[in-house]
Amino acid sequence: MTAISSTAGGPTARFRGMLADRDGQLRIVLVLIVATIVYGAFYNDLRQGALRPLFEALPMPSVNVLIVMFYYAILALGLNIVVGFAGLLDLGYVAFYVFGAYTTAFLASPLHGISIPWWFVVIAAVGVAALAGVLLGAPTLRLRGDYLAIVTLGFGEIMPVLARNLDNIDLSAFGGPKDFNLTGGNIGVNPIDAPVLPIPGPWGDELVFSNRNPVAALYLILALMLLVFAICVRLRDSRLGRAWMAIREDETAAASMGIDTVSTKLLAFGLGASFSGFTGAFFGAYSTAIFPESFNFAVSISILIMIILGGMGSLRGVVLGAFVIRYVNDALLPYLGGFVDEPVRAVGAALPEIPILKDRIEAFTLTSYNYLLYGVILAVMMIKRPEGLLPVAARKAELHGEGVATEATFGTSGEVAQAATDFEAAEGHLATPESRPDGTDGTDGTDRGDRA
Amino acid sequence: MNVAAWLARNSRLLIVLIAIAAVLALFGTSVPIWGGCTAALDRCADVVAIGVFQGMIVALVALGYTLVYGILQLINFANGSVFMLGSVAALLGVEIFGLTSDSPAASVILAFAVILPVTMAITAGLNAGIERVAYRPLRRAPTLATLISAIGMDFILQNVGQIIIGPSPVSLPSLLPNDVILAEPVVIKVSHLFVTGITLPLLLGLMWFVRTTRQGKAMRATAQDREAAGLMGIDVNRTISLTFLLAGALAGGAGVIVALYNGSAWWQYGFSYGLLAFTAAVFGGIGNLLGAAVGGIFLGILISLNAFYVDPRWQEVVVFGILVLVLIFRPTGLFAEKQSERA
Repeated sequence: MTAISSTAGGPTARFRGMLADRDGQLRIVLVLIVATIVYGAFYNDLRQGALRPLFEALPMPSVNVLIVMFYYAILALGLNIVVGFAGLLDLGYVAFYVFGAYTTAFLASPLHGISIPWWFVVIAAVGVAALAGVLLGAPTLRLRGDYLAIVTLGFGEIMPVLARNLDNIDLSAFGGPKDFNLTGGNIGVNPIDAPVLPIPGPWGDELVFSNRNPVAALYLILALMLLVFAICVRLRDSRLGRAWMAIREDETAAASMGIDTVSTKLLAFGLGASFSGFTGAFFGAYSTAIFPESFNFAVSISILIMIILGGMGSLRGVVLGAFVIRYVNDALLPYLGGFVDEPVRAVGAALPEIPILKDRIEAFTLTSYNYLLYGVILAVMMIKRPEGLLPVAARKAELHGEGVATEATFGTSGEVAQAATDFEAAEGHLATPESRPDGTDGTDGTDRGDRA
Repeated sequence: MNVAAWLARNSRLLIVLIAIAAVLALFGTSVPIWGGCTAALDRCADVVAIGVFQGMIVALVALGYTLVYGILQLINFANGSVFMLGSVAALLGVEIFGLTSDSPAASVILAFAVILPVTMAITAGLNAGIERVAYRPLRRAPTLATLISAIGMDFILQNVGQIIIGPSPVSLPSLLPNDVILAEPVVIKVSHLFVTGITLPLLLGLMWFVRTTRQGKAMRATAQDREAAGLMGIDVNRTISLTFLLAGALAGGAGVIVALYNGSAWWQYGFSYGLLAFTAAVFGGIGNLLGAAVGGIFLGILISLNAFYVDPRWQEVVVFGILVLVLIFRPTGLFAEKQSERA
């Protein structure tokens, strides 16, 4: 995290500083880029050709699944700004996704007869979502953490309801039609114009980035995700990023250090929302149709799970979390279901007549158990490994002991990582409650002693 | 930055403007909000009465939120799902006893004399078990960690409900007779009496328990200051478990009532009723028992009026609108919180 601060070396040095490989991150990114490009380009050939047995035997993600993994990674990176950096629990992140998707639907579909190229629409979508984030954040960011969570949850619930219900607005009082259809109601908006570039090639006269041409859409979303990732790295290392983390650690202390906590938190909300709007614009254009049902509470929570699984505040971790969750949900569970569903249903059919239970076992589908998995991940991560799978060293240290946290404040990330490792080695098994250095056993030690 | 700061400083003004815009939008979508009520004033009393009965059920769930929040400062997200599992248990009970809409009244009453307490016992145990597994290890952790764990539990229970009864709503046979007992001044049916007959004793019983018994006193003490209560010899862990038991029992009872009163069970009821109840708890000042009960009844009346005069489609918007406005302008609730009332 030190490379960027040296501005003296001129633009070339700065650029080299930007590219400086911190903990091998650049290598991972390069591998990701190359692997995605190769996999996307040869997916159909591989699937039909030499590697066909492999594709049939293993849960290989399709190109569409990869696209979903990438745009959820953007969503997770955006929510990470709000939850991971600034420490504000937002349970209604899907609301801004709605703003992005519906802005796209309004500006690039036959619904209102407007057809603006996606490349401009996406800017509008980002702007609208950011504005919505600031407007929601302005009155609510003063609330306590759990109240803020509920308010954002409510906002996330209201937006799809509005999308569903605003299909027959009576505008006769304003001289408009009596049943103005703003959002398309329950049936959503279909079709939406896909992003198009006027480049002729083997794909036809113009290059379309939609689910009809998933490989192009995959490359587009890969580029967008890398852009967002780079923005997030720069934000994290910026003055603003440090201000967010200071607020997360101790709002009062941050304020007394001269940080304007209200506008800093608002910026986190607005920036996070703009990423969500960005993804919403891509989602609408890529799938060329949107429905209010696609935007529910479970989407907000699944993004939260990605962040918690990967590690709050850790950019690599968040992307990993998004990949894992979407991969499990869209490729692994259907694959495993192919093995499990039929035998379980057969057992159900063989069972004697038990009301309800028999029907349920006969209709068993593994993929409908994803909520159960989400819930278990949330609870288990919170109890066993709150810092996530790929934690930021400082956060890990701070969650596990004060002695290391002091060093985290002053040391560089490398030193802290080392300190954390040493500490872990010394303590043996960090995650177990017994070894918490402050002497508590996780179950409230004082309460136990008071029984007498 | 400056724009952001200005927005933040004038946030209340903004909220008022947004609220006005929302009201205008509502007027635009469905005109006869006030006009309708005066024109159909005779129905108005009935609509309010229906709302009161609905609100009693909401109040039962709201008490669960308020009890737990009072003692742990935790929004027990899973409470709504525990309630939902209560209605699932009622559905299973009806299946097990083989009740149909033709069953004689005596057998229905007998069956529910078993189903109701058994369900309440199960949900009470479930709620206390959740506390043991998912909240107690996090008691020293930041509040948001426990909240996230609670959301996880909520998801698990929702999925369990979905596994048991399937993804779509399941109808129960109509077991409550539709006879009208009273036509004037408001229509009251047997089902309404049933709701009142179970809800009111539960509400009053809880109030009595918390206010007068020794255990209730321990709960109030723990709510005020956990450490000091521990120093006074109160077994804090047991008291917290007891709170979760009570909250779970109330939620389960409410689940049984809803299953019978609405004639259906659905895994998504947990979320919708849960948020309704949470809003009621916040409205009455979270932690305040009487406030939660009054808030529940108020919200019941409100959603009933909304369903009759506006459109049930807007229920979520109305409820959340109220929640947001109360949280922003009066986060302590509409009834100023009295320490002695807290549980």
